[in-house]
Amino acid sequence: MSASDRNTILYSVRRSLGRSGPVDDGTAAKLRARIAGHARNIVPARTDLDDAGLVDLFQTMAEKVFATVERVSDMSEVPGAVGDYLRRENLPAQVVMAPDETLDAAPWSDNALMDIRRGTPVEADQVSVTSAPVAVAETGTLAMFSGPAHPSTLNFIPETHVVVLPASRVVKAYEDVFDAVRAQMGDAESGRNGLPPRTVNFITGPSRSGDIEQTLLLGAHGPRRLHIVIVEDGEQDAPQNG
Amino acid sequence: MNVSTTRNFKANAAEQLANETLRGALTKSKGHFTGGRATAAANLPEFEALRDQARDIKNHTIENLDFYLEAYEEKVTDVGGQVHWARTAEDARNIVLEICRSVDAKAVNKGKSMISEECAINDMLEANGIRAVETDLGEYIIQLRGETPSHIIAPAVHLTKGQVEESFRANHTHLDPDRVLEEPPTLLNEARTILREKYFQAEVGITGANLLVAETGSSIIVTNEGNGDLSQLIPKVHIVLASLEKIVPTLEDASTILRVLARSATGQEFSSYTTVSTGPKREGDPDGPEQYHVILLDNGRSDMLGSEFQDMLRCIRCGACMNHCPVYQSVGGHAYGWVYPGPMGSVLSPGLLGVDEAGHLPNASSFCGRCEEVCPVRIPLPKLMRHWREQEFEKHLSPGAARVGLGLWAFFAKRPKLYQLATGLEMRVLAWLGRKRGRFTSLPLAGGWTKYRELPAPQGRTFQSRWKLGERPQAGGAQ
Repeated sequence: MSASDRNTILYSVRRSLGRSGPVDDGTAAKLRARIAGHARNIVPARTDLDDAGLVDLFQTMAEKVFATVERVSDMSEVPGAVGDYLRRENLPAQVVMAPDETLDAAPWSDNALMDIRRGTPVEADQVSVTSAPVAVAETGTLAMFSGPAHPSTLNFIPETHVVVLPASRVVKAYEDVFDAVRAQMGDAESGRNGLPPRTVNFITGPSRSGDIEQTLLLGAHGPRRLHIVIVEDGEQDAPQNG
Repeated sequence: MNVSTTRNFKANAAEQLANETLRGALTKSKGHFTGGRATAAANLPEFEALRDQARDIKNHTIENLDFYLEAYEEKVTDVGGQVHWARTAEDARNIVLEICRSVDAKAVNKGKSMISEECAINDMLEANGIRAVETDLGEYIIQLRGETPSHIIAPAVHLTKGQVEESFRANHTHLDPDRVLEEPPTLLNEARTILREKYFQAEVGITGANLLVAETGSSIIVTNEGNGDLSQLIPKVHIVLASLEKIVPTLEDASTILRVLARSATGQEFSSYTTVSTGPKREGDPDGPEQYHVILLDNGRSDMLGSEFQDMLRCIRCGACMNHCPVYQSVGGHAYGWVYPGPMGSVLSPGLLGVDEAGHLPNASSFCGRCEEVCPVRIPLPKLMRHWREQEFEKHLSPGAARVGLGLWAFFAKRPKLYQLATGLEMRVLAWLGRKRGRFTSLPLAGGWTKYRELPAPQGRTFQSRWKLGERPQAGGAQ
């Protein structure tokens, strides 16, 4: 890049907008305030529901896009539910997961038959298990934040992705996810240096393609199966719905 | 720039119209897209209001584009990424090459990007000994066939499964020649297996961007396959190719655009994967790219700004206009001869290539208005095509016969008495000539029409004469 290309483009943009220089100070202040205020636009009313209604809507919408959903009452039931799911689907009892606080609350050692590897996935891994920090009722969408406890590749490389979702993490809309991102960014002293996660993955159902004669096929590059285990009493300090 | 055959639109279109395989493929896809969009729109009571807001957000951003570009650049830099400004497609190619060379790249994984097509990135990479691997299933198929995309979101929509099978057998020669490869699922599995090996070999991943966010310096991609994600997560360098007008102020504004994008495109409520990428991987992140580059491409867009074509810069590349266009659905995307087909291409291509090169495209419209009706950001596509027709006429680029015809029509139109006399006579003669069959299969001076369809014979009187005699439409009748 050369600085002159940058200036040429900005000059050309300004000339076309009928200006010879940057926007005036008053306008700049207004535009900066618009960004800082990040006001919400229309949010569909379909999510005007109580907490239980939101979890139901999330499940309905996720199932519509070919995710499978089951509910357990608390974290102690998660390893058994995951083991049963793998058996039902004829999948090996071998999973890869990251060191993840939410998942660590489940008694995985109770399920002696399950072989758990901790780390990032490799091509040979067939099943990954992750938690989800937030999920959107509006469209049955999971939101994943990359970080030390959540390598993004866990969402894409294995053919089967099992997601553990405490029910209290279901929010209404995408905007609530972005508020959660902002809440996590912290400041310069927080260790996150005021940065959002490198990658925020919104996941709505398993991977799919319609590129061959518009035939809907699952498992194009990402997971063929997305299984969501909703934990009704998943954690004590539930975030409030926005 | 990608080689354009737009100048030959008429010949291209005639050739495509005679292609029976294309007919079949397009007929299959059409109902899928139009039906999907209609259902998605009906399922969201706020859809029309969201379209208005999406239009307003894009207008606001475009009117302050320089401010938002600078704000965006500052944020990208803050999060450890780099912004590169490219005036032309050639500049963009040079920047991509420079980045690839800096990491001694042998292979590049590509997520689907129309800007990459516009800049012909793959040809440049191959010419420099770097393997470009398209990872979107449709893009992969057409790359094997040496073709260009025929649709901006469904690049292989012009092909049948038999043609895909043919290409796989011809290219994947290391696989068992007796394997069964007839149905789409087996084709998908083969592509998945082959592309999986390649993901782990590339040093650089290139994606496009559906949106850039000034607030956070993020780029957003929307995919269904997950290929864009694997392309950017595994290699050590992630390059984002985006044109200037992809920017929006905030994540909330992005949410609004996303709510109309998938619904307008495929009829999905939300695509499988919407990915927000901000800078390179953080300290302690187990995966993700070490470098994050964004190339901001102008390539003629800053000149469209402030002109009568400014509305076109709102386009979010959903493809709804071509899915609903009777012309596109008849001739397919390749007839348009360059990267952007359908109504949006008929407005954008003359802006980027020049009206001398692409002046035929705005004429390829019956002005039925369906494109504008379904455009999620309400771009008045027919009006913009009309502007290009005016420019074409003013620059004396339209063909002689059309100019003579228009001149004749103008002569009569300015003399209402004569006009009524002439058209009245014409209608009576045509009605008499066509009285037996009720339609014409050939007519002097109307060969362009009657070559592909029949012309219904007039009923004998003109609209104006019937109106004068007091005839009025029935209440509740067709408009």
